[in-house]
Amino acid sequence: MHRTGELYGQFQTLEQQKESATLGMWVFLITEILFFGGLFMAYTVNRHAFPTAFGVSGNMLDLNLGFFNTIVLIASSFTMAMSVWSAQTSRKKAVPAWLIATLILGSAFLGIKVVEYKQKFDHHLIPGYHFDITYCSNNPGACGLSGKELDDEKKEIKEGIEAEANEAKKRGAPNPEEVGLTALNAHAQLYFSLYFGMTGLHALHMIIGAGLLLWLIFEGLKGRFDANYNTPVENIGLYWHFVDIVWIFLFPLLYLINRHLA
Amino acid sequence: MSAIAGGPAETYLSHESTIASWLLTRDHKRIALLFFASITAFFFVGGAAATLIRLNLVEPSGQLLGADLYNRMFTMHGIVMVWFFLIPSIPTTLGNFLIPLMIGARDLAFPRLNLASWYVFNISGMIALYFIIAGGVDTGWTFYTPYSTLFSNSHVIAAAFAVFVNGFSSFMTALNFVVTIHRLRAPGMTWFRLPLFVWAHYATSLIFILGTPVIAITLLLAGLERMFHMGFFNPAYGGDPILFQHLFWFYSHPAVYIMILPAMGVISEIIPTFARKPIFGYDFIAASSIGIAVIGFIVWAHHMFLTGQSTYSALAFSFLTFLVAVPSAVKVFNWTATLYKGSISFDTPMLYALGFIGLFTIGGLTGLFLACLGLDIHLHDTYFVVAHFHYIMVGGAIMGYLGGIHFWWPKITGRLYPEYLARIAAITLFVGFNLTFFPQFILGFLGMPRRYHNYPPEYQVLNVMSTAGASILALGYLLPMIYLSWSMRYGKVAGKNPWPATGLEWTTDSPPLTENFHETPVVDWEPYDFLHRPELGLLGATSKKPVPAHGDD
Amino acid sequence: MSEHSEHIVSPKIYATILAALLVGTVVTVYAAKIDLGRWNIVLALTIAVTKMTLVILFFMHGKYSARRTKLIIASGFFWLAIMLVLTLADYTTRHAEPSRSQLCPVPALTAPASAAASV
Repeated sequence: MHRTGELYGQFQTLEQQKESATLGMWVFLITEILFFGGLFMAYTVNRHAFPTAFGVSGNMLDLNLGFFNTIVLIASSFTMAMSVWSAQTSRKKAVPAWLIATLILGSAFLGIKVVEYKQKFDHHLIPGYHFDITYCSNNPGACGLSGKELDDEKKEIKEGIEAEANEAKKRGAPNPEEVGLTALNAHAQLYFSLYFGMTGLHALHMIIGAGLLLWLIFEGLKGRFDANYNTPVENIGLYWHFVDIVWIFLFPLLYLINRHLA
Repeated sequence: MSAIAGGPAETYLSHESTIASWLLTRDHKRIALLFFASITAFFFVGGAAATLIRLNLVEPSGQLLGADLYNRMFTMHGIVMVWFFLIPSIPTTLGNFLIPLMIGARDLAFPRLNLASWYVFNISGMIALYFIIAGGVDTGWTFYTPYSTLFSNSHVIAAAFAVFVNGFSSFMTALNFVVTIHRLRAPGMTWFRLPLFVWAHYATSLIFILGTPVIAITLLLAGLERMFHMGFFNPAYGGDPILFQHLFWFYSHPAVYIMILPAMGVISEIIPTFARKPIFGYDFIAASSIGIAVIGFIVWAHHMFLTGQSTYSALAFSFLTFLVAVPSAVKVFNWTATLYKGSISFDTPMLYALGFIGLFTIGGLTGLFLACLGLDIHLHDTYFVVAHFHYIMVGGAIMGYLGGIHFWWPKITGRLYPEYLARIAAITLFVGFNLTFFPQFILGFLGMPRRYHNYPPEYQVLNVMSTAGASILALGYLLPMIYLSWSMRYGKVAGKNPWPATGLEWTTDSPPLTENFHETPVVDWEPYDFLHRPELGLLGATSKKPVPAHGDD
Repeated sequence: MSEHSEHIVSPKIYATILAALLVGTVVTVYAAKIDLGRWNIVLALTIAVTKMTLVILFFMHGKYSARRTKLIIASGFFWLAIMLVLTLADYTTRHAEPSRSQLCPVPALTAPASAAASV
């Protein structure tokens, strides 16, 4: 690990070195746009094909947890930006403090994700594994559903089955009434495959980000970062903001598809 | 390796010679040689598969391998040749070695990232060797779903993972190139004084950066579907297998431009040197490199004309595919115009370059046939397609690669290769190549499908011809391996600029210092300017025109 | 050309952006509960794009970056747009033209003498 602000041989000036590092990070983030982009493509195509199933499935997600997570992540972007500012203005002690705040917020996000994933498992919403979209409406006790919420969900599923049956009829299926529930379950599994794929990949990026933050905190506590040298803080900050941006899109696309039935 | 007698005192080769100094090097030149070793090894692997394929096809019943083993063989050939040979070939070897030299820099922007790229490449190579030895994959290098995700009984996940990891190596190199070319150019080296080799690699790097992540996510999704029964492309869940193809080809079509653009960059360096003329239409060739990179991203569904995509979509992609031929044609015209009234000499690099122009043109034109919707209905999945892309990949890219290796061999090793033997090898390769692949155009036109281990007996003569050609082609590859190795020890000492050529890399020692230049150069000349560089000693005593190039003669 | 090494964004700006992002999040949740038909998705994506732009411009210092950085960022999104638009060009036009079997039903093979033998 090199010392603070040391100039590497291939660069002529420290400024050139710093700008190159930042340019490199931006180029890497472009690859990430295209990486997640493939998933967004798959999502778009399939939502276009199965809007009903996507609406029903999206409502299985806990809106409160998703909303909270979005707030948490946005706040962590703020704390990250503040740590970069602290480094740029040589507030050496504040740098790790803001980074620790970022890490705590990021960890909270991940913790809630674990809770959500466990919920999906309990509610039989893991694709390819005992998947049953009607599990909660048939076993409200197991899912903590009651009253208006339960009625709404039952109504939604019933309407979903009807819509799928209509689609099947339009496509010329011989027995549309029977296939309604099967089709809804099938297309819902498509949604949940995408849900786990997208949020899982996002969570993986956050875990990597958390690891990078740990390293930054460690170095920051040694007083490494100041106005002369803060490139790692800035560049890891760019990565963190990018992960935040991905969630800014995941939240409405996954959680807010058809909330106006509620 | 000790310093070459008669050569420079201290070079990047003699600098330190422990194994650790090679395996932990940050010198882009040494890393280039490390890559050279890795990809050559994989070339043998892919070549072995090709040998078995051609041997199997000598006889119509295809009993040498049988159906299942044949499927695994062509899949292995495709995966290894595409990702472990062609895509890395010129960028990681010649690109790594030359880009800093050509722009007057001491190294790439991120030397440790460069070394990491080599290690990641080798890790992906180990995973690839695993799936090959464990029994291979039978899906074709294209991994089409739902066969690959639901039905194939082969090591799909390992193969997909190998390619996934390989992608990281790719974009690490590309990222390095982009930042280096933007930020590390020597004083006076403006964008429009850059050698066209650098422009070609810049364009290639753009494709790497924008395309590779998409194949990564596509294979990740296919792997998840196979492992965890998730349903992205599975019709049982309502998924669309064609979506896989869209995502796959979004990368894989630009990938073919990754394979050809660097070779075009090599040709743009060789032609002016051996015609003793500035390249015709520098601006247009530079712009066409970027043009190919950009337009190459909007033509992918021409691989999917017969899949059931909408007719309107097919029409759009057919039109755009015709469009992408334009920048390539611009290059061919400009190279030809460069040759016109030049002082031409037929040294080995020039032979490869001239071969490239002819064979690439044939390959490119046959691509236009395939872009026609009506024709593609008959030609899709036949040997016509196989011949088309081999003309470009082998007749184009590999000839460019070999031409570049010969051209810069004196710079890399400080030695000259034996010219006479090299010319024989080049011609052998050219003859062998055409004998192998031209019959395949005819076979495809007559209707022989690809990816089948057997075929109707009336196709046998052409198949035998093709296999015979392959044996000559193999000789064309072996000869350079032999004499180039020989020349490293026994070749004539090269001197700084044996051709001579005009690039910045030729102003420094052969082989160069670890730091490349004794002092940072300042550039005040235009590229390929043979007339206004008296220090190159090109103008004869009486003639105003530069004398033809010379190497080892 | 120096990037933003001299330009330090003040915490006040960061706080303002934070507030804007939080407001945007609240708005997007409430808007989702109102039935706007197909405009729901348009509104949700518009808000998301706005939030993203604010993060890029201010948190990621995009506004203060060199032109080449801005070009690189823009090209990433442009390429994603290429993928989305051209792939959707296939999916959204798949049933645009009726297939032959819907236009002219294939005649039964049991009537060889029929004049309408070829379709």
